[in-house]
Amino acid sequence: MKHTLSVTVDNHPGVLTRVATLFRRRGYNIDSLTVGRTEDPAISRMTIVVDGDESILEQVTKQLHKLIEVYKILDITSEPSVDRELALFKVKSDPQVRGEIMQIVDIFRAHIVDIGRKSLVIEVTGDESKISALEDSLRAFGIIEMVRTGKVAMIRGYKG
Amino acid sequence: MRLTGTDIFIKGLKNEGVDVIFGYPGGGVLPIYDGLYASDIRHILVRHEQGAAHAADAYARVTGKVGVCLATSGPGATNLVTGIANAYMDSIPMVAFTGQVTIPLIGRDAFQEADITGITLPITKHNYLVKNIRDLPRIIKEAFFIARTNRPGPVVVDLPKDVMAQEIDFLDDEIEMSLRGYRILKSANTGQVLAAAKAIDEAARPLIYAGGGVISSEASSELTELAGKMQIPVVTTLMGLGCFPGTNPLFLGMLGMHGTGAANYAVSECDLLIAIGVRFDDRVTGNLNTFAPHARVIHIDIDAAEIGKNVGPHIPIVGDVKQVLSEVIPRLKERGGQTSWHEQLRSWKENYPLGYESREDCLMPQFVIEKIYEITEGKAIITTEVGQHQMWTAQYYKFDKPRTFVTSGGLGTMGFGLPAAVGAQVACPEATVIDIAGDGSIQMNIQEMCTAVEQKLPIIICIMNNRYLGMVRQWQELFYDRRYSFVDIEHQPDFVKLAEAYGAVGMRVAKPSEVEPALRKAMEIKDRPTMIDFRVEREANVYPMVPPGGSLNAMLGEGM
Ligand SMILES: Cc1cc2nc3c(=O)[nH]c(=O)nc-3n(C[C@H](O)[C@H](O)[C@H](O)COP(=O)(O)OP(=O)(O)OC[C@H]3O[C@@H](n4cnc5c(N)ncnc54)[C@H](O)[C@@H]3O)c2cc1C
Ligand SMILES: Cc1ncc(C[n+]2csc(CCOP(=O)(O)OP(=O)(O)O)c2C)c(N)n1
Ligand SMILES: [Mg+2]
Repeated sequence: MKHTLSVTVDNHPGVLTRVATLFRRRGYNIDSLTVGRTEDPAISRMTIVVDGDESILEQVTKQLHKLIEVYKILDITSEPSVDRELALFKVKSDPQVRGEIMQIVDIFRAHIVDIGRKSLVIEVTGDESKISALEDSLRAFGIIEMVRTGKVAMIRGYKG
Repeated sequence: MRLTGTDIFIKGLKNEGVDVIFGYPGGGVLPIYDGLYASDIRHILVRHEQGAAHAADAYARVTGKVGVCLATSGPGATNLVTGIANAYMDSIPMVAFTGQVTIPLIGRDAFQEADITGITLPITKHNYLVKNIRDLPRIIKEAFFIARTNRPGPVVVDLPKDVMAQEIDFLDDEIEMSLRGYRILKSANTGQVLAAAKAIDEAARPLIYAGGGVISSEASSELTELAGKMQIPVVTTLMGLGCFPGTNPLFLGMLGMHGTGAANYAVSECDLLIAIGVRFDDRVTGNLNTFAPHARVIHIDIDAAEIGKNVGPHIPIVGDVKQVLSEVIPRLKERGGQTSWHEQLRSWKENYPLGYESREDCLMPQFVIEKIYEITEGKAIITTEVGQHQMWTAQYYKFDKPRTFVTSGGLGTMGFGLPAAVGAQVACPEATVIDIAGDGSIQMNIQEMCTAVEQKLPIIICIMNNRYLGMVRQWQELFYDRRYSFVDIEHQPDFVKLAEAYGAVGMRVAKPSEVEPALRKAMEIKDRPTMIDFRVEREANVYPMVPPGGSLNAMLGEGM
């Protein structure tokens, strides 16, 4: 099963390498990993999606905790949370199918961000399943290129 | 006050109470060595950087303090790598300082540049590259703190040459550490402590399985108290030898692959296994499915990641052994009497003693080790290399005190024993320090003979010379149909002449009757090392032996 971990780390160079090395060395699979700054410039937030059973997840969490620069790990898989991913698709689009594509883009509340002679670039934000659904719908037209950011997530509400 | 990076470095070492470092100079550490020239920190010049790392590691093992080594950039740093990995696998507190090329050159494949923080990432508890001299005081303080607290381990600090030469105004106020993500673990969960006490009170066939964590926690007296109060028998791992007195009647010996019959049968039959500061290594457990099949398991470890890593305990306790035991012991109802469990253990001990075929005409390695035990009255600090001689030492030398047995358990590093003896003798000048060596292993860091001679260290190197890479030969004999592939090392130096060439004393012993006089003579020499070449039986095997992945109660050569 897939788990989403929200990991708070020092904003130091090299932290990403430490985390990645740990996953590689212990043989855990990373499904996706995103990292970015937070409201506190000294802190970064990683969102890591790992695939594995409970015992693997437990080991991943405990081993991550041992990294000196990691200080908080939340498994937010079953917490009420918002998660988003952004994707860009470059799709073949001859003039005769362009209208059809635009309809799909509308349905998914995506945007067309670039138009070429024979292709379109579409931007979409959403949870994983929405992006996968859009990918399925566009496949028929021919996806030339696709890139996804990986998931970022945040727990809902405020526990003061 | 104007201070250079080097001044800050030396000040930092002093603040941490460092009195000796093991090192080797080079271009990348010239500014540091210039500082050491005038400093009162003792510097031991090794002959290979691997020796510096092992010596610092052994210094830490015998003193409980943090060991320190120093090497230049590039090849100096990479030569430390095996030693760092060794300390990591055995959870030994060590700080390794390495020189680095100047900051503007980093990343440009400069002369003698090696990415040592990258290389050591998976074999250090933490590591640092110092990019700003202002961070140096804090980093040194953090490095020592991280190395010695919680589960100990090695920390690497990489020091660019220009940072060490640079000068700043240094205000000597409190240095603040910045370790938000690192918390010191103290007291354990009270509910779990109560559950453990209850399980111990109720067990009919309890057994203590103790390891290296008892030693790093300085908890031998608590362990001995627990065992004595409740009359619980004790087995230890290789790393745990000495944490419980080897001569105590409750001691059953080492468990695992080359454990004693009594220890391994006890594990297989106990109904409560109290695992204390151990990590359920595969050399210990054999087949996990048949390990301690009838037992409930209590696991006390300071590293939460160890709990459930290999064996899922019924009562997990995350905490420091000393602290946890002192909370558990007063909650137990004293138990004096002997039960059928003790009866059973006694009969295993009697029926499956350690043993070897003793012969008049040839020298048995086990006999030599028994003699070493006898003549040192069990009071020496023993280091070993890796192989059969290491296992025989574990079996035949009875260690009564923690920090007297120094061996490479997790990494199994041949070449560890001699530099380790150097580190141990530097730490304990009055102790008798003996490296029980193999003829293969001793050649891996033989150059440290020179260090020992220069430092006038009276260490005694006892080579169990079987002219074989014996441990590998044993596996080839047992599991590869006696196809002895590249394990014959008949071709070797004359160790007596070699010792003499270094300025040490060399002796050769080929008969059982010569063992004692040679050892006694060696113990009288106080100003230089002695190397004794014991010409032992070539094809002796280490028994009992649990074949890899087998069950502990199915031992080969058991009772031989
Ligand atoms: C040739 C060869 C053969 C071997 N055969 C055997 C064998 O037959 N039997 C055997 O036992 N070993 C054998 N070994 C050694 C084996 O490989 C392991 O090194 C050893 O078993 C590990 O010992 P340990 O479990 O005590 O753990 P260690 O490696 O000593 O680890 C210590 C544990 O204690 C914990 N700890 C540290 N400090 C504290 C504290 N303050 N409080 C609580 N917990 C703490 C740590 O987190 C860790 O889990 C052999 C090695 C070699 C080279
Ligand atoms: C650096 C290193 N290389 C290889 C090995 C594999 N190995 C383990 S024991 C052994 C043989 C050791 O021979 P010797 O030192 O003569 O000891 P003996 O087993 O004969 O007592 C070897 C090659 C090792 N442990 N370490
Ligand atoms: Mg040998």
